[in-house]
Amino acid sequence: MAHNKFSDKKGIDFSWVLKMAWRDSRKNKSRLLLFISSIVLGIAALVAVYSFRDNLERDIDQQAKALAGADLILESRKPAEKEFAALIDTLGDQRSAERSFASMVYFIKSENSRLVQVRALQGAFPFYGEIETKPAIAGRSFQEGKRALVDQTLMLQYGASIGDSITVGALNFEISGALEKAPRQTGISSSIAPVVYIPLQYLEETGLTQIGSRIQYKYYFKFNEAKAVDQIVKRIEVPAEKEGFDIETISSTKESTGRSFKDLSRFLALAGFIALLLGCIGVGSAIHVYIKEKMSAIATLRCLGVRAKEAFLIFLVQVFFLGLFGGVLGTALGTGIQFLLPTVLKDFLPVQISMQVSWAAIVQGISLGVIISILFALPSLLSVRKISPLNALRASYEVPEEKIDFQKWLVYFLILLFVLGFTYLQMNSWLQALAFTGSILIAFLLLYIISKVLMWVLKKSIPQSLAYVWRQGFANLYRPNNQTLMLTISIGLATTFICTLFFVQGILIKSVTLASGNDQPNMVLFDIQPDQKDSVAQLTRNYDLPVISQVPIITVRIESINGKTASDLAKADSSSSPKKGNEEEEPSQRAFRGELRVTFQDTLTQAEKISAGEWVGKSNKPNQPIYVSLEQNYAKRIKVEVGDKILFNVQGVMMPTVVGSLREVNWNRMQTNFRIVFPTGVLEDAPQFHVLMTHTPDNEASANYQTAVIKTFPNVSMIDLKLILKVLDELLSKIGFVIKFMTTFSMATGWIVLIASVLISKNQRLQESILLRTLGASRKQILTITAIEYLFLGLIAATTGLILALFGSWALAVFTFSSSFSPSIVPIIVIFLVIIALVVLTGVLSSRKVLYRPPLEVLRNQ
Amino acid sequence: MQNTHILDIQNVSKTYISAGKSLRVLQNINFSVENGSSVAITGPSGSGKTTLLGLCAGLDKATDGHVLINNIDLKDLNEDELAAVRNQNIGFIFQNFQLMPTLTALENVMVPLELRGEKNIKSIALDLLDKVGLADRSHHYPIQLSGGEQQRVSLARAFSTKPAILFADEPTGNLDGETSIKIEQLLFDLNKQAGTTLVIVTHDLELAAKTNRIIKIKNGEIISDEPTLIKPNLSSKD
Repeated sequence: MAHNKFSDKKGIDFSWVLKMAWRDSRKNKSRLLLFISSIVLGIAALVAVYSFRDNLERDIDQQAKALAGADLILESRKPAEKEFAALIDTLGDQRSAERSFASMVYFIKSENSRLVQVRALQGAFPFYGEIETKPAIAGRSFQEGKRALVDQTLMLQYGASIGDSITVGALNFEISGALEKAPRQTGISSSIAPVVYIPLQYLEETGLTQIGSRIQYKYYFKFNEAKAVDQIVKRIEVPAEKEGFDIETISSTKESTGRSFKDLSRFLALAGFIALLLGCIGVGSAIHVYIKEKMSAIATLRCLGVRAKEAFLIFLVQVFFLGLFGGVLGTALGTGIQFLLPTVLKDFLPVQISMQVSWAAIVQGISLGVIISILFALPSLLSVRKISPLNALRASYEVPEEKIDFQKWLVYFLILLFVLGFTYLQMNSWLQALAFTGSILIAFLLLYIISKVLMWVLKKSIPQSLAYVWRQGFANLYRPNNQTLMLTISIGLATTFICTLFFVQGILIKSVTLASGNDQPNMVLFDIQPDQKDSVAQLTRNYDLPVISQVPIITVRIESINGKTASDLAKADSSSSPKKGNEEEEPSQRAFRGELRVTFQDTLTQAEKISAGEWVGKSNKPNQPIYVSLEQNYAKRIKVEVGDKILFNVQGVMMPTVVGSLREVNWNRMQTNFRIVFPTGVLEDAPQFHVLMTHTPDNEASANYQTAVIKTFPNVSMIDLKLILKVLDELLSKIGFVIKFMTTFSMATGWIVLIASVLISKNQRLQESILLRTLGASRKQILTITAIEYLFLGLIAATTGLILALFGSWALAVFTFSSSFSPSIVPIIVIFLVIIALVVLTGVLSSRKVLYRPPLEVLRNQ
Repeated sequence: MQNTHILDIQNVSKTYISAGKSLRVLQNINFSVENGSSVAITGPSGSGKTTLLGLCAGLDKATDGHVLINNIDLKDLNEDELAAVRNQNIGFIFQNFQLMPTLTALENVMVPLELRGEKNIKSIALDLLDKVGLADRSHHYPIQLSGGEQQRVSLARAFSTKPAILFADEPTGNLDGETSIKIEQLLFDLNKQAGTTLVIVTHDLELAAKTNRIIKIKNGEIISDEPTLIKPNLSSKD
């Protein structure tokens, strides 16, 4: 018998698909919105960061002139030689000069001293923008007499007011203004090194410009014609490099500022992205449950003749619009939050931010909402294709699973690719992007494994003798359709981020606190001139303080390595192809950059250990080679090995040396460490200054000693480690605040995902609760079961998160900070309990609707 | 010679693989259903009657043998083509109604018509809802309807496309006696008006007796295939 040949040529009716998607979503609106709420905060964080970045870029562009303060800046660690100085004098239409250095300032009224950054200024700099002072006039008028501008926070700290006097070196200056904002300085840098301006004309009289003093020389120029700057830069490039002068222009300032703030926005965007990823897990899991619940309806549609791809498209359309809605909502929220970011980051910003709506960020946010919703919902959506119409007849019918679902694996691969690609866009480095994606993947896997193991242990170890409510509560954690894994990952990741942040902060503080222990130096005196060396040591002993170490410091430059100079290497670089074979053998050009501070000593210190070659501590014979020792990592960086010849320029005198040994240096020890050490008998007569280290037992002894030193030796500067600790603490808390601000998004997302998961899984629990209620279980019993379930869910999540954080922080402590790791127990317990309490509270409160409604009412609504 | 069979089942067997073992649910089933007739498939629980219905309706594929609907062999059709065959030829009534909970009664009835791309579907659907006595409940969601009302919507949906063959799986299995009688009557009335072939899976012998023919299966095999002695009363009682 001949059969009819059937062919189905009908295309997909998209208008019907849209109609069905809309119809189906009507009764699920609130649930669908709950799903999407998981991604709203992540998108909001990213949009806020993107908008902020766009605004910052625009403001850096617009305020670049004020940022630089001048059209051209020449900067060096040594004064210009005669010829170059003459050249400098011919540049620009307006000129200004500045010398800056660290020095002690003594507040006469309060009898306190503090290490500050002294800026001795001459001329009308800044040519663009202002030195912001109170009163405003002081910024320009302080150069008219022996007047100073003092950082306003410093003035508050030492109770100084306008009209008071400070001592800088051997001179007293009247405070004529409180410095609110110095050019080229952010809030954070002023808290590390507060600025004091004095007129340059009085610098010599202070006696602080002796040989060996670490002075930064700056020359500022203004050009009436902007075009002239480029021509001048071309003209002075070679002589400036020869003289060791760096050249800065408005565009280079713009570029370098933009670059450093790109790093900041990359970090912020990554923090936002982590929140978004958490939300993505939420969406993925919610859609999974949603599709499971839709199985019967989809099966019926399939019976009525709906094709698999049409059924798939109905839900894809829903997810698309959900993503769009989530994207719009997140973007709107993010656009609002961006106005908070300048306040959060105020201490780090170099320019005044004028926040505006960034359309680019809005488009990115909305697209991101759509892309991630679809991408993370796809694994569940793809299963719609597999729902058999037979499910309408038998709910228990299961389509035999294919061994490998290539489409699903393709989606997983796309998700991974998306995370990698997105991270790359933030970091601009494939290696870092791979490391980040790898870390996230490892964290996910670890959380997955740990929670699986914990569930298995729970399952195996629950004694049958336990009360029913306990057994039931535990069983809920591993029974089918449980949310344990998903919640463990989201809450666990949030816990990991928060705890790691907390631990790292602890490690940093601890390493500095350890350095300030009883037997460790906590006061550093530098800029001690050779003729002051013995007197300063005597004064220290007079105050019953130990002279822990006293070392000479000499400033040198590397002239050549194995006969090759910087210009030889530059020439070789420009003439050879990029893939030159001998690149590894050439010394690095960075060896020739800047000045080096070296010392001489006859024996190794406790922090030093020879790792290659042989230590030579003395060089007595004039015709013998001078053996120097290099710190091993520095030697590696400049590509120098034992036996290589280095020609040093010791302030004009050429000194040939041979690398005799390499040293391993423990930089964590609180003492003066050097990259290059000379033997004794070579540099004793070179221009130098000395550093002395001592230990002051308390604040009072420290203050008395500092006052005595500054009164007797005004040129000597002191660093009080306690002050450094305070500054570090301040710095960490400021950085910590920014990190916490961004982590809030992850935490809040984790919490939303938790609420969403509880509400989504509510329906799955409903039948059981009704059955229990019908069988006579009291509300209290059901409430207890629910509380036990969430108690252990929180326990598993917080434990896994903590384990990861402890492991990560330990690795950071050992491998990055070279420190031991012993976290404080009390804060761990507090964090642990807070997370568990939050999970239990959310779980119980979200389930109460089920608990407090009569079984029949619930049944009728099924 | 023109084939008067709407459904042909030829040497059909069905085997499931469960936990690594093969389980033969149906074995060598053969029967045909004439256009416009009504057939009841009965048998005890687990006999394979629902599996047989699934195969007859193109919801599943036979392991061996052929299933022909309207002379279309379902064996070589892919899932999308099977869906199109169902939409163009088949109607369904389920024991648990299977209305889409997110669609109103009217929309539930309209869906099969929309899938066929027909015109004036709203009036057709309203007319059918009127016939089942639910014109005034057209905008209600399934959750707002009683079990009997839901099954009436299901009947309206099943007949909306005037299917060549209608499969009913325990259509009154979830309803009380009085409602069951009303639904059965409605089912046969609509069937008569539309001239549809009716295949009912049931273990309700009274309902089975109202059809033209009863196929009894047990352990996956047909044990009897006989015409019913008493013809159903097809006149409406309502």
